[in-house]
Amino acid sequence: MNPGLRASLADVLLALADDELILAHRDSEWTGHAPILEEDIAFANIALDELGHAGLWYRLVADLRGEDAERYPDRLVFHRPAGAFRNVRLVEQPKGDWAFTVLRQFLFDSAEQVRLKALADHPQASVAHTAAKILTEERYHLRHLQAWVTRLALGTPESGRRMQAALDQLWPLARQLFQPLSGEAILVEAGAWPASSALATQWQAAAMDFLIECGLTIPGQILPDESGRQIHSAHLEPLLSEMQSVARLEPQGEW
Amino acid sequence: MTQPTTALSEEQVWFELGTIPDPEIPVLSLVELGVIGAVEVDGQAVRVALRPTFAGCPALHTMRAEIDDRLRRLGAASVKIDLELDPPWSTDDLSPEARVKLVAFGLAPPPTPIVRIDEILAAPRRCPNCGSSETEVRNEFGPTPCRTIHFCRSCRQPFEGMKPI
Repeated sequence: MNPGLRASLADVLLALADDELILAHRDSEWTGHAPILEEDIAFANIALDELGHAGLWYRLVADLRGEDAERYPDRLVFHRPAGAFRNVRLVEQPKGDWAFTVLRQFLFDSAEQVRLKALADHPQASVAHTAAKILTEERYHLRHLQAWVTRLALGTPESGRRMQAALDQLWPLARQLFQPLSGEAILVEAGAWPASSALATQWQAAAMDFLIECGLTIPGQILPDESGRQIHSAHLEPLLSEMQSVARLEPQGEW
Repeated sequence: MTQPTTALSEEQVWFELGTIPDPEIPVLSLVELGVIGAVEVDGQAVRVALRPTFAGCPALHTMRAEIDDRLRRLGAASVKIDLELDPPWSTDDLSPEARVKLVAFGLAPPPTPIVRIDEILAAPRRCPNCGSSETEVRNEFGPTPCRTIHFCRSCRQPFEGMKPI
């Protein structure tokens, strides 16, 4: 793989890693606060899984950039300013109510399935193996979230109302998941990345079918926010200042 | 500290790794758990390929530290631990002996082989306490990433199972 492609591959994988990291942080905010004990345990596990997946992608970014796979991920996580993060705005939104959390996780996980299945055939073995590994764990997430979306959407009038409100807010944000990534074009041309536009069509069809079956209404034509992953909402900075606070107190610290 | 100066053998390293207990399921060694993918020895330099169970498992850090410590005590001058993901770790790799040890530990062994995850999760696990198959899954997520929570309707006790992956 030539240096230009390597650099672009590192950039697109960084976006996937940042999505997982920030979502993991939001999920972890339910620890000790989830509506029932079983969900406290489940979401703590899901958060830990997403954090682990972020770690696998960050390691690949380190390898592609010729950095130390043991140390570079911590530098990326704890010492970058908000403007350097490449996560979608979907994952940085505050955790909201349980309906919002469950639906966001469903939208993210169903989109991730589509992307991972495409990446499992990646010509670079390390990318293909990472995608395959993550897929084995993600089966549990998707099952769990589908059950919750069904339960709440078809539950009581109040739970259904909350799910619809969450969908109205999350649907436009979720579309950013498959906005073409910066650096993607040359990789797609080289056969080294699945085109986001093709994945978007596949994901939207599957996700819409499921949500409609759950009695939810897909929000009508909305103008998608075309600003890229370098633009963040006001919610990312406070999240990072909390997440990075300890590491930044002692930048050379070891633990 | 005096270090042996003789070269290590792969057998010695495998034997040593076979005596390191898994941090969360201590009745199994790292070798029995299937997380050791490969061992390469070049004189006193050792490389170990570690296959993570779950990518986010906090015990991975403990495993790495323990492997490093034990192999250095054995006489390794350098220990390199690489994460290996191909093929991904699977509970299908657990030996029959390892499954028996899990039951004795109170953990229902993971059903095998995993073809369809939905089917395998729907099949009731045998209660490790009373042996009944009148059980149900209470939570597909448990106190560690690799465990599920079940309930036995016969002895009316909750129990944990190892999560098939």
